[in-house]
Amino acid sequence: MRFVDEYRDADQARALAAQITALCEPGRRYKFMEVCGGHTHTIYKHGLEDHLPESVELVHGPGCPVCVIPMGRVDDAIAIARHPDVIMTSFGDMMRVPGGGGSFFDAKAEGADIRMVYSPLDALKIARLNPDRRVVFMAIGFETTAPSTAMTVLRAAAEGVENFSVFCNHVTILPAIKAILDSPDLRLDGFLGPGHVSTVIGCRPYGFIPGRYGKPLVCAGFEPLDILQSVHMLLRQLADGRAEVENQYTRVVPWDGNPKALEVIGEVMELRPYFEWRGLGFISQSALRVRDAYAVHDAERVFDVPGVRVADPKACQCGEVLKGVIKPWECKVFGTACTPETPIGTCMVSSEGACAAYYNFGRFTRDRVKEATRA
Amino acid sequence: MCLGIPGEVVELSPDRDDIATVEVVGVRRAVNIGLLAPDGAKPGDWVLVHVGFAMSKIDEAEAAATLDLLRGLGRAYADELEALADSDIT
Repeated sequence: MRFVDEYRDADQARALAAQITALCEPGRRYKFMEVCGGHTHTIYKHGLEDHLPESVELVHGPGCPVCVIPMGRVDDAIAIARHPDVIMTSFGDMMRVPGGGGSFFDAKAEGADIRMVYSPLDALKIARLNPDRRVVFMAIGFETTAPSTAMTVLRAAAEGVENFSVFCNHVTILPAIKAILDSPDLRLDGFLGPGHVSTVIGCRPYGFIPGRYGKPLVCAGFEPLDILQSVHMLLRQLADGRAEVENQYTRVVPWDGNPKALEVIGEVMELRPYFEWRGLGFISQSALRVRDAYAVHDAERVFDVPGVRVADPKACQCGEVLKGVIKPWECKVFGTACTPETPIGTCMVSSEGACAAYYNFGRFTRDRVKEATRA
Repeated sequence: MCLGIPGEVVELSPDRDDIATVEVVGVRRAVNIGLLAPDGAKPGDWVLVHVGFAMSKIDEAEAAATLDLLRGLGRAYADELEALADSDIT
C-alpha cells in the first residue's frame, strides 16, 4: 500500500498542519469553501478539521449534483415516467430523492417502470432492446457527467435510436460559485476547486474568482493530504497578498481540461437562460439543455412536461447548507426527522451530500463543536 | 454517481475505436474511451472511469490511492461497483 501511504502519511499531515498554523495571521479568521461534495466527504471521514487551527474554517459548497435538483424537477420526471409506454432510467443516487409527490422509488412501487442504470449508455441499450417503448434517461450532474450524456445522445443520433431521450438536468458549477460570491450571507476567503469538474473544464474558467472577486482558488484532489496542501496553498496566497487560480491536483487535472469533453457538450447542449437550483433559487445561465438539432432526443420536447414548482419543506434547510450558511448539524431536522434512511432534504440522500457525510462520519467533530459552544 | 473508479485498459475493441476492455477491481468491462480522443488509450494505461466513460488518464499511484479512498466510502462504493457489474454499454 505504499502508493496510498504517500497521500496519507501522518507525519506529513502534521508537518503540513504546522505550516498551515504558521501561515495564519494572529487574530484573523479564514473561511474556505470546498465546492465539491467529494471533498466534504474526505474532510469528515478523516476529521481534517481537527488538523486545522481553530481560525481556519471549511465551509461546504453546492457541488453535490443530486443535492441541487429542485423538487419540482423530480415531480416532472415522475410525470414523464407515468406514461404507460415509458421506461425511465436513472442513476441509483437519484432514486430516493424526494419530489413534492414522492421519489422515483415511490413511483416505481406504484407501477411506473423506473430502472436504475450505471451509465447513460445502459439506458441507450434498453432503448435499442425495447423499440416499442420510449426510454428516458434522467440526466443529472455537473460538467463531470454532462460529456457522458452528450456522447450518448450523439450515439443515439448516429444509430437512429429515436425512442431514446434525455431529461436534461445538467448544471454548471461556475454560476453557482458566482451566486455564492454575490450572496450577502457569507464572507469567504477562498475556494478549494472541484477536482473532477476541473478534469473537464480545466483551471482557466475560474479566473473570474480572483479577477473580479479577489479570492484565490486552488483545484484540489481528494486525499487528506491533497486537501491540507490546498489549504496551505490558499493561505500562502493570502499571506503573499496574491489571489490566483492554482492547481494542486496536477496528477489528474490538466490546466486546459478535456477539450474533447467540452467539444461534445457544446455540440449537443446549450445554456438555458435560467434554471432553478435547490436552495439557491433561479440562477441565470447555470444549466444545460439539448440543442434543437437533437430535439428528438430531448424529453422536454418529446413529452409535455408539467413544469412543477414545489417549495422546499419548511423544516428542511438544505438551501442554507448548500450555500455554506449553516453546518449540517445546525439544521433543525438533522439526524432526527431527516436521516439517510428517511431523508427530507437532498443533502441527506447522496453520499456526497454534506448532511449524509456528516451523519456518517462527523460525530466526533460535532462533539468537539458542541463542547466549544458550551464552554 | 459522481465517483470515478480507476481501471486498467486491457485491450482495445477490434470493431469500434471508442470502446476498450478495462479491468475495474478485477472485473473486465467495456468502457467508452471516446472522451480521451484524439490521444486515445492503449493497453496498460490507467483511466478514471465515470458512468461508463473513461474521463482521464491517471498514473498507477493515483489509481491505487483512489481505489483505497473509494473502499472507505463503504455502501456508496459497493452500490457503484454493483451497478457497474450490471452495466453493459456495448
